[in-house]
Amino acid sequence: MALTLFRGIQARPLLPCSSAFIARKHVLFCSMQSTQADTTLKTKQQAPSNFTETARAKAVEKVLKDYEAIIGIETHVQLSTITKAFCSCAYSYGSQPNSCVCPVCMGLPGALPVLNSKVIEYAVMLGLALNCKLALSSKFDRKQYFYPDLPKGYQISQFDIPIAANGFIDLDLPLEFGGGHRRFGITRVHMEEDAGKLLHTGTGSYSQVDLNRAGVPLLEIVSEPDMRTGIEAAEYAAELQRVVRYLGVGNGNMQEGSLRCDVNVSIRPIGQLEFGTKVEIKNLNSFSAMSRAIDFEIARQAELYDIGQADEIVQETRLWEEGSQKTVTMRKKEGLADYRYFPEPDLPEVILTEEYVNGIRESLPELPEMKRRRYEEMGLSMQDLLFLANDVNVAHFFDATIAKVPDVKLAANWIMGDIAAYLKNEKLSINEIKLSPQELSELIASIKSGTISGKIGKEILLELMEKGGTVKGLIEEKDLIVDPAEIEKIIDKVIANNPKQLEQYRGGKTKLQGFFAGQVMKESKGKANPGLVNKILVEKLNA
Amino acid sequence: MLSSVQNPRLLLRHYRRKPPPLHHHHHTITNSQIQTLQKSLKTHQTTTKELTQQTLNRIQQTEPLLKSFLHISNTLLAQADEIDKKLERNENVGPLAGVLVAVKDNICAKDMACTAGSKILENYRPAYDASVVRKLRECGAIIVGKTNLDEFGMGSTTEGSAYQVTANPWDLECVPGGSSGGSAAAVSARQCVVSLGSDTGGSVRQPASFCGVVGLKPTYGRVSRYGLVAYASSLDVIGCFGTTVADAGILLQAISGHDKHDATSSKREVNDFTSQFIAKEHFNSQPLKGLRVGVISETIRDGVDQEVVSSIRGAISHLEELGSTVTEVSLPSFSLGLPAYYVLASSESSSNLSRYDGVRYGNQIVSDELSSLYGGSRANGFGPEVKRRILMGTYALSAGYYDAYYKRAQQVRTVVQNSFKEALDVYDILISPAAPSAAYKIGEKKNDPLAMYAGDIMTVNVNLAGLPALVLPCGFAENGTSRLPVGFQMIGAAFDEEKLLRVGHIFEQTLLGCSFVPPIIADEFKC
Repeated sequence: MALTLFRGIQARPLLPCSSAFIARKHVLFCSMQSTQADTTLKTKQQAPSNFTETARAKAVEKVLKDYEAIIGIETHVQLSTITKAFCSCAYSYGSQPNSCVCPVCMGLPGALPVLNSKVIEYAVMLGLALNCKLALSSKFDRKQYFYPDLPKGYQISQFDIPIAANGFIDLDLPLEFGGGHRRFGITRVHMEEDAGKLLHTGTGSYSQVDLNRAGVPLLEIVSEPDMRTGIEAAEYAAELQRVVRYLGVGNGNMQEGSLRCDVNVSIRPIGQLEFGTKVEIKNLNSFSAMSRAIDFEIARQAELYDIGQADEIVQETRLWEEGSQKTVTMRKKEGLADYRYFPEPDLPEVILTEEYVNGIRESLPELPEMKRRRYEEMGLSMQDLLFLANDVNVAHFFDATIAKVPDVKLAANWIMGDIAAYLKNEKLSINEIKLSPQELSELIASIKSGTISGKIGKEILLELMEKGGTVKGLIEEKDLIVDPAEIEKIIDKVIANNPKQLEQYRGGKTKLQGFFAGQVMKESKGKANPGLVNKILVEKLNA
Repeated sequence: MLSSVQNPRLLLRHYRRKPPPLHHHHHTITNSQIQTLQKSLKTHQTTTKELTQQTLNRIQQTEPLLKSFLHISNTLLAQADEIDKKLERNENVGPLAGVLVAVKDNICAKDMACTAGSKILENYRPAYDASVVRKLRECGAIIVGKTNLDEFGMGSTTEGSAYQVTANPWDLECVPGGSSGGSAAAVSARQCVVSLGSDTGGSVRQPASFCGVVGLKPTYGRVSRYGLVAYASSLDVIGCFGTTVADAGILLQAISGHDKHDATSSKREVNDFTSQFIAKEHFNSQPLKGLRVGVISETIRDGVDQEVVSSIRGAISHLEELGSTVTEVSLPSFSLGLPAYYVLASSESSSNLSRYDGVRYGNQIVSDELSSLYGGSRANGFGPEVKRRILMGTYALSAGYYDAYYKRAQQVRTVVQNSFKEALDVYDILISPAAPSAAYKIGEKKNDPLAMYAGDIMTVNVNLAGLPALVLPCGFAENGTSRLPVGFQMIGAAFDEEKLLRVGHIFEQTLLGCSFVPPIIADEFKC
């Protein structure tokens, strides 16, 4: 690989379109409804897979009769602090290359890191959310290796004393995967800085460095090897994404690389005590890719066991290839890399006081697991609560809706039905539409009280989502007849015009109430309030 | 000791005048070149341009012999002119207006190249001013240029510079010490008024002793390191050179204090160091009465030159004459400091120098493969001493060796810190030589790194403990035909620079019969 790397302090403009290199096709795993928070309500594409999901699932199921898979995950979460971890550069994804840089994050001679206190705050928040034990005294260390995207030649990280450790995460598996509650262990959470990006030219004759991302704060979350299937692993990552978004410490966007997962997979014949050789898988750009890559890897390793070539499973890093739906060798480990960690002398120790931690603990929002348990107690089905709690914005919308009109089931139905369909069609998220939870609860109340029909309700909802406004305003605009006296007049007229039917009704053919109601609605051009119509009509007919 | 630049009569004449607006100074500081020139500027007896021209002339004469500078600003007269214009308009010009400051070339100043004495940073121009440089400029100081040093500060002779060898103004065949040899030589030969150096294991104090000037190593954290090319981050401090204690103190005042760009800089308030300077006329015969001085006994025994020891003994009796009680104190951990220092400094430097990879700045070799680009650029760019320390540090931090070397050295560091603390609970200041010998010949220790490392024995412990220390000239050692200055070191408690400066100021004013003007400029400065 030939390299001509950018030099000098002035940033030479790099290829403006880094996305061509970085972005992968956004592939979704259709049946994993609750795993893609940002896409459940958006687009869904069928996985371009040669074999169906069910066939894949069956294949794995078969393998798992004889083998147990051991899966652990390392996740990097980019924090959405306004400035980078150790300098005052603002970072935003997709900026011109080398436009968010300064002497500190470029590693210029003499520049020194100064910790952004938000990083600590976010780390403590996530540590608490993951039920970890916090280290009241921790420190930063230097992890040393050479790479052109690492300007200082070392990464500021945490080595032997992570800020948080020994936690767990609770989640509910989606029903289509058999459902069930799971608790996965969290080994540690530590703070570190991101590296820059290498941009390789099409011809491959040289590469360029974009240091915008260098120094952006990350939390690395290491799980216990508690997962046993691709689905469990993907659900673990999805739950982590939910927690990150609920806390507001990051956007958790996998396509932008704000949430990155590396997975370790090993298998062993059921009953065997010692672990098999573990293989690391990288390049997992979606939860579905994670699930498929792990299942592929389990199957690959099982096949090697089956044909007596288990020793072919070597410690290596494999790359998930979306196109071929396979993992391929990226590099074999040549012994353990020696990063020569030592305490970062440019930064003081990180000392947390009990008061500080308690203050953060008290200000934590309701987290996904708490929300799900609360929804469960409200009587929502697992299907519904998984849907509602999946996206923090949807959950907030739902909570605000039921705060006024506590009809949980109706609110859930509207959100999961018409609103979700609309969002999906328009490719919007719930906070991008004009409808407010207050108006949704008003709408539900109006339908419940019979002020408007369900049909009119749907029409009003659409207008509220598209144009905004209030339920009351739209009812007026539609000139709906809600005055009982006026309705009475129309009913009188209809009864007077249909003496024969009245006679039949009074003679016992009460089914004809529907006929009269229809005539009233026709007479009112559909604008009469159906509740009032029925109420007054019954009174009149039975008079 | 009297600085020959100042004219005592001039000083007296202005003594009763309104004090100059130098910070919060409510009195005139005796023995300060800075104050003297400020006064003559403000009373329009001379101009900045004149003073600058004089210095430039002196640089022209001496620089070909000394080679103190790697870079000299070509805008000095223009900058001087600016200050003169402000003075004419009676504008506020700052407490260091017109003061010519030389800066060690491992401290960034954005209008000049910054090489750190290394080929790997040849022609590198920093994008920003170091915090100390920014502060100096805000005080009205003029940065004369960048001074020579051992590459990245790694050395004790300034022979480790990739560019040139600096000579000692007292004997051109001798080294000026190092690594801040250029800054020490420049002050000694009056190529500037004061200068900045950096001190990781003695790099300000040892050259101060070799060149017969005052060298001040502040407490770790007192001065921001932002913009100082890092050698060993936990030990590095920016320090001051002056011809007098007063000037070193005034310079320190200007650069001290917390800096939001350096997380290790202290938030402790900075007292006015110079407010305690007492003029000779105002103190009694025993101005240091009550001062408890401990002489570190390990530093005046075997392996230390006899003439150095006798100079120190002279300084001790002088301190006693001034009223202080001097006692010998043993610091058993003293000899442990040197190996611990070399393990820690090398370890940190192996990491700090990783950024010089030829990728973003500095010299890069042409290569079509990444690892050879790294290897080649670094092999070409670094000198032998730097490579030696990177190798030692890399080894010490390697898996399996970390506990035996780095961790062990940190434990020794704690022992050293504690033993200093205990001693400084009993004594106000501790004293020792600044170096085991006076300056030695150029080339003498070049191929014997261990002998050079051993020369740091007097100073490294202070860096390990993070304490402030002041070196000031106290005598001479005969060196064949020439006389070479000898300095002694006073070590104080953390953040107590004030005490060191006060004692040092009294000491130098009362040290009679010694003039520390090197022969190279003796004609100009007749004592």
